[in-house]
Amino acid sequence: MSRTLVVVGHGMVAHRLVEAVRSDDVDATWRIVVLGEEVRPAYDRVALTSYVDTWDPASLALPGSDYAGDGNVELRLGDPVVEIDRAAKRVTTAGGHVQDYDALVLATGSRPFVPPVPGHDLPGCFVYRTIEDLDEIRAAVERARQGRGRPAAAVVGGGLLGLEAAKALRDIGLSPHVVEMAPRLMPLQVDEGGGSLLRRLIAELDVTVHIGTSTEAIEADRGRLCARLGNGTELDIDLLVFSAGVRPRDELARACGLEVGERGGVVVDGTCRTSDPDVYAIGECAAIEGRVYGLVAPGYSMAEVAAATLLGKAGSFPGADTSTKLKLMGVDVASFGDAHAATDGALEVVFNDAVNGSYKKLVVSDDARTLLGGVLVGDAGEYNLLRPLVGNELPAEPGVLLAPAGTGEAAVGVEALPESAQICSCNAVTKGAITHAITAEGCDSVPKIKACTRAGTSCGSCVPMLGKLLSSCGVEQSKALCEHFGQSRAELFEIIRATRITTFSELIDRYGNGKGCAVCKPAVASILATLGNGHILAGEQATLQDTNDHFLANLQRNGTYSVVPRIPGGEITPDKLIVIGEVAKEFGLYTKITGGQRIDLFGATVDQLPHIWRRLVDAGFESGHAYGKALRTVKSCVGTTWCRYGQQDSVGLAIALELRYRGLRSPHKLKSAVSGCARECAEARSKDFGVIATEHGWNLYVGGNGGAMPRHADLLLSDVDTEELVRIIDRFLMFYVRTADRLQRTAPWIEEMEGGLDHLRAVIVDDSLGICAELEAAMAEHVANYSDEWKGVLEDKEKLARFTSFVNAPGTPDPTISFRTERDQRVPVLLGVPEVVSR
Amino acid sequence: MTAMAEQTWVAVCRAESVLRAYGVAALLDDGVQVAIFRTEDDEFYGLSNLDPISGAAVLSRGIVGDVGGVPVVASPIYKERFELRTGRCLDAENVRVTTYPVRVVDGVVHVSLP
Repeated sequence: MSRTLVVVGHGMVAHRLVEAVRSDDVDATWRIVVLGEEVRPAYDRVALTSYVDTWDPASLALPGSDYAGDGNVELRLGDPVVEIDRAAKRVTTAGGHVQDYDALVLATGSRPFVPPVPGHDLPGCFVYRTIEDLDEIRAAVERARQGRGRPAAAVVGGGLLGLEAAKALRDIGLSPHVVEMAPRLMPLQVDEGGGSLLRRLIAELDVTVHIGTSTEAIEADRGRLCARLGNGTELDIDLLVFSAGVRPRDELARACGLEVGERGGVVVDGTCRTSDPDVYAIGECAAIEGRVYGLVAPGYSMAEVAAATLLGKAGSFPGADTSTKLKLMGVDVASFGDAHAATDGALEVVFNDAVNGSYKKLVVSDDARTLLGGVLVGDAGEYNLLRPLVGNELPAEPGVLLAPAGTGEAAVGVEALPESAQICSCNAVTKGAITHAITAEGCDSVPKIKACTRAGTSCGSCVPMLGKLLSSCGVEQSKALCEHFGQSRAELFEIIRATRITTFSELIDRYGNGKGCAVCKPAVASILATLGNGHILAGEQATLQDTNDHFLANLQRNGTYSVVPRIPGGEITPDKLIVIGEVAKEFGLYTKITGGQRIDLFGATVDQLPHIWRRLVDAGFESGHAYGKALRTVKSCVGTTWCRYGQQDSVGLAIALELRYRGLRSPHKLKSAVSGCARECAEARSKDFGVIATEHGWNLYVGGNGGAMPRHADLLLSDVDTEELVRIIDRFLMFYVRTADRLQRTAPWIEEMEGGLDHLRAVIVDDSLGICAELEAAMAEHVANYSDEWKGVLEDKEKLARFTSFVNAPGTPDPTISFRTERDQRVPVLLGVPEVVSR
Repeated sequence: MTAMAEQTWVAVCRAESVLRAYGVAALLDDGVQVAIFRTEDDEFYGLSNLDPISGAAVLSRGIVGDVGGVPVVASPIYKERFELRTGRCLDAENVRVTTYPVRVVDGVVHVSLP
């Protein structure tokens, strides 16, 4: 017999509650009905600002928030609850839907606070909370752009949310004003010293900051707005965004007589129960321990507690971690624990480096032994280590902890953290839980820890700590390529590039040991090929190649190979199609269309390969590198040439990119696609680098893949022209080829990079390492030196001689290969497993 | 005890036509396929060309290397390694391929049925 749990509201916290109940309620004792006001399922509101990168609501989607396939959850959206009848245990929606409940959870969130200044409701005034709010802001910016040049905007509120809103406006291309009543930005998180540095750093980013002043009035002014500030300043603007805090949405609770806090919020106990034991409240609408929290982490804790209580388990609110770390327009800001030294007798230790733009403060107990909190501005590198130390004894003098890297004593390590320290605050995972996963459950890598504990799966900022915990548990994350080389692939790349070694023998003599193996030989062969050492079968190189590269075709299960000619962008003439058909017929090859818009010809013996290529090369085909860890294909949709919706010539760009990067040997296969509009018919976001046309140019996405762990690519650049696009892809590919591990696709490469996508952007867009010119030059060299590998074999007798099944019987095909017919084509007869001699 | 049977040696190819750390396949009269390997140290070994894991005649196309100094070939299909001296598979228990004696006389590689 299942009871009905009704959840009012569907934001992030409501979603976490439903997930928590469903994952632990194995006998389905609760049927869940979610009644949401917004038209879309719960999405990642914390990342709302990133919506302006793509204007694609899907980019904010939370996995599983539509509960597809779960018959125990009913999701009714776009119809808010308007009445709760506690006596009848029944709620009613605006649309007249009546729903009975056994238990009710209020997760109605909060509303943006709009100060009651005159003119606050004029057209052009917005709030900042939902996808729809941002869509409206975007439309207003577009309208203002029609009228005149660059639109102007102001944000009222210089707290965390206000600066997020300013970042969004800046990302849309505006130079916003920020107006804050308090004497500093982010007054809740940052102290005076940190605030003054923050203000300076933010002002350098084309944001005009007005602090210590209020917004007195907003007036309509010839189609624009004029905001009058308390200090006499007048801002002529096109739009204004209120981002001055939030207020809990407790009106349903008030109307049905539930107890409400003095400053708002539904009063709940430590298990999130309201004054009615069958009604719970969680997240921003709840007042727990007398406080209302506007952060997602305490909301998640409440969701977990409420779920446990509903399932009859013990649980109570563990207290809120209001620590914050964020990067605003490239400026690090972090605040944790008692940041304002409110504890009796608390002492402050401050390190303020105005020259390098770094402010650090630790708050410690009166005996200077216990860490209470801190503020970091400009460089929040120590946050991951310091935040879990709050409430614990300091492992070193406060001054040592704050000293810039390299100047003080050996910095504090993860060893100093107590077992109870929370390493991942998003998912409340302690150091103890992680070390248990490492030592007792055999997690010997960061991805395994993520899968086992959920640590590092939300914001990712603790991922470097996971690596350090592995080392501190004695798990060596060896970078060694194999038993023959102690170096990583990236290190070998740099060695080969610097020493100009051109053979495997010399490399292993000087930098490795033993003779080599099937791991290091192809890896080194790939590096040699990237650095331009002639044909991949020249001399000794032939002995390094995997069979696919050695025979420039793909080995299949019966010992035959498949052949894929390059069809750039998937565009092919009827004459060339006919040639492929004729070749397949002549050699009896099974044909299949590939996922990359090409044609695969199966069943060729090694003896047949050069004859097949001869026909293809004569007809103008070349190798498609389907066999190589190299660029495969650049898919495309038809784009502006044919499509009614196309915005750019996607086929033309796809062909240009495929021809530019063909033959580039890389740590793993590389796939790409170009879509001619946002409908994305070429599926570019599932590629290592994908390009999507916009009205004004191209958006570049990187780090996508299909396969067993599908992943959408992330936006790297928007609205760039073709020249800039190609320049950044040149850098991206060369940086990847040089620094990735063996068989590491671009997605895990970016994920494991310290700093992730932001670091990648810094290196290849902003040239933070000063290597971009060199990367571009390396790609230019690759492009200039490309030649077709099939043709290279056909022109060389020595290489051709290797295409025989038997050294003592050239021309005799392997007698164990035979075929049968299936659906009118030849397919292999599978071989019985031959003699296996037991020991 | 095995009798001291006369061994028949079949000439297969010239030694210099096999690169170091490389393999070639030979087809013997009765249809037996032998994979012949030349190591980096210039030793020659013969194994059945049939990969016992996949059933395909491909071992000669594997990469030749060493595990702790012992010469091995890795099957090109699923990458199991086989010791060149013994035919023993290092990556699957109780799997072994037949070995064939190989010698070089006057620069010519000969193989014999065991």
